[in-house]
Amino acid sequence: MIDFIDPVYLVAVIVFIFGLKAMSSPRTARVGIVIAGGGMLFAVAATIAALFVPSTSAILGVAGTPALTNLVLMAAALAIGGGLGWYAAKVVRMTAMPQMVAIYNGMGGGAAAAIAAVALLGTSGTDGLSVAGAVIGATSFTGSAIAFFKLQGWMRQKPIVYPGQSVSSLAVLVVGVFFGVYAVLTATSFWLLPFFVLVLLYGVLLTLPIGGADMPVAISLFNALTGIAVAMDGFSLSNDAMIVAGILVGAAGTLLTLLMAKAMNRSVSNVLFGAFGATEESAGSVQGSMKTIDIDDAASLLAYAGQVVIAPGYGMAVAQAQQKVKELVDALEAKGVGVKFAIHPVAGRMPGHMNVLLAEAGVPYDHLFDRDEINAEFPATDVVLVIGANDVVNPAARREGSALYGMPILDVDRAHNVLVVKRGQGKGFAGIENELFYRDNCRMLYGDAAAVIGALVQAVKRA
Amino acid sequence: MNLYEALFVAVLSAFLGYEVISRVPVLLHTPLMSGSNFVHGIVLVGALIALAVAQGPLQQTIGFLAVVMGALNVTGGYAVTERILAMFDRSKGGKGGSAP
Repeated sequence: MIDFIDPVYLVAVIVFIFGLKAMSSPRTARVGIVIAGGGMLFAVAATIAALFVPSTSAILGVAGTPALTNLVLMAAALAIGGGLGWYAAKVVRMTAMPQMVAIYNGMGGGAAAAIAAVALLGTSGTDGLSVAGAVIGATSFTGSAIAFFKLQGWMRQKPIVYPGQSVSSLAVLVVGVFFGVYAVLTATSFWLLPFFVLVLLYGVLLTLPIGGADMPVAISLFNALTGIAVAMDGFSLSNDAMIVAGILVGAAGTLLTLLMAKAMNRSVSNVLFGAFGATEESAGSVQGSMKTIDIDDAASLLAYAGQVVIAPGYGMAVAQAQQKVKELVDALEAKGVGVKFAIHPVAGRMPGHMNVLLAEAGVPYDHLFDRDEINAEFPATDVVLVIGANDVVNPAARREGSALYGMPILDVDRAHNVLVVKRGQGKGFAGIENELFYRDNCRMLYGDAAAVIGALVQAVKRA
Repeated sequence: MNLYEALFVAVLSAFLGYEVISRVPVLLHTPLMSGSNFVHGIVLVGALIALAVAQGPLQQTIGFLAVVMGALNVTGGYAVTERILAMFDRSKGGKGGSAP
């Protein structure tokens, strides 16, 4: 029998590279995931087939064909994992996508750690590399799980901090790795137990101090880590497809993490160790009061404006208000009002989150403008409608000494009028009072974003 | 495969990974993160091999979990990315979008 597995892996790897390349351009992104998916299907199917052929299973490092029990387990595991993954991804709401990325990434990390565990307990693979794969994979596994819990609201989103945090977390990692190395050197599998417990714990400890607002950066970092863990297992098993795909994701994921952190004006180390938003800003820094406006007044303000800019945020996503927002755009345009969207790079919970939701509602791309394009236009804008955005429009970011200082924001306060649709009087994700709401040109519309915008649509049509 | 061959492959892959996405617009950060999350689903291949060589109940259990998690990574990663990118397809025209 000829060796078919290596040629298949080669093709799969080439396909992954083209897929990722296509995914980094809006025109070809959709094609990208489909071709990458084809490569994956090809590689997995060939691996399963190869396990049944003694000459090719030897190339994979498997002596002979697997026992019947293992084959049954394999079929069951593929059915359970594949079915569950597909089903959950299809039924989950669009707003929950960030945490879905986190949990599926965690699964990859967990799989990498489990592969390393089998290698360390048995005879497959190289032990030192397996220890590395286990450490990185386990960290990504539990770290991603905590990220999922926080974004899903099963845990407090605020950073959890305590004295000596960084040092104690590092100590857990060091002692954990020590047990792993000791287990390998003495060939006693007992010490693998404390090794795995401690490295899994390290992922939890690493993620506790990260606040919800920084989670996209953390998830991206865990994504890169899983890639590296997969590559380590690839080295250990001498599997080229795992090495190349793993390192590819490790490098691309690292770059993506840096790009995201840059878009938020945060450094990666600050995200990991800064515990951003853990402390309240000193009170009394904001003067004045928040002023409300009723729906009809707000509607006439909008209907008789020359230009309206809409600044959406996470509140729009939570309320599923994007369809109503699209209706409002249509109603305003019917009245001859020019409407644009100001999209902050990190509005929502992930970069690109708003673009996705507005595209879903059918808002054309050419209505969407990013921060750099739109900021110059605010002084000439009659009305800005802020829908469930908070920190990204907080002018405190321009004031030295504020915890937000330096974060690039949408300068909506420079418009003639600002209307803010907001659920309640709470603070933003960063836990900082928003000075915008106290400005003289700002009026508040309290309520669920979908309900408020729906009422605005009716009122605009009447106006 | 010896150590140096593996290192050559790894180093070249690292540069490639960096180059391939270096000009990605902010708009695509989320789908690209999700897409690369899918690509490391290749871990499923390793998980299948691990379960194939597993001996005894402990290794079999861990290998079983590896395949379940790897399969979750692959199918979930694909479906999520596909869903996100499908949204982009629907809006017509405009900046960088496909022409109607």
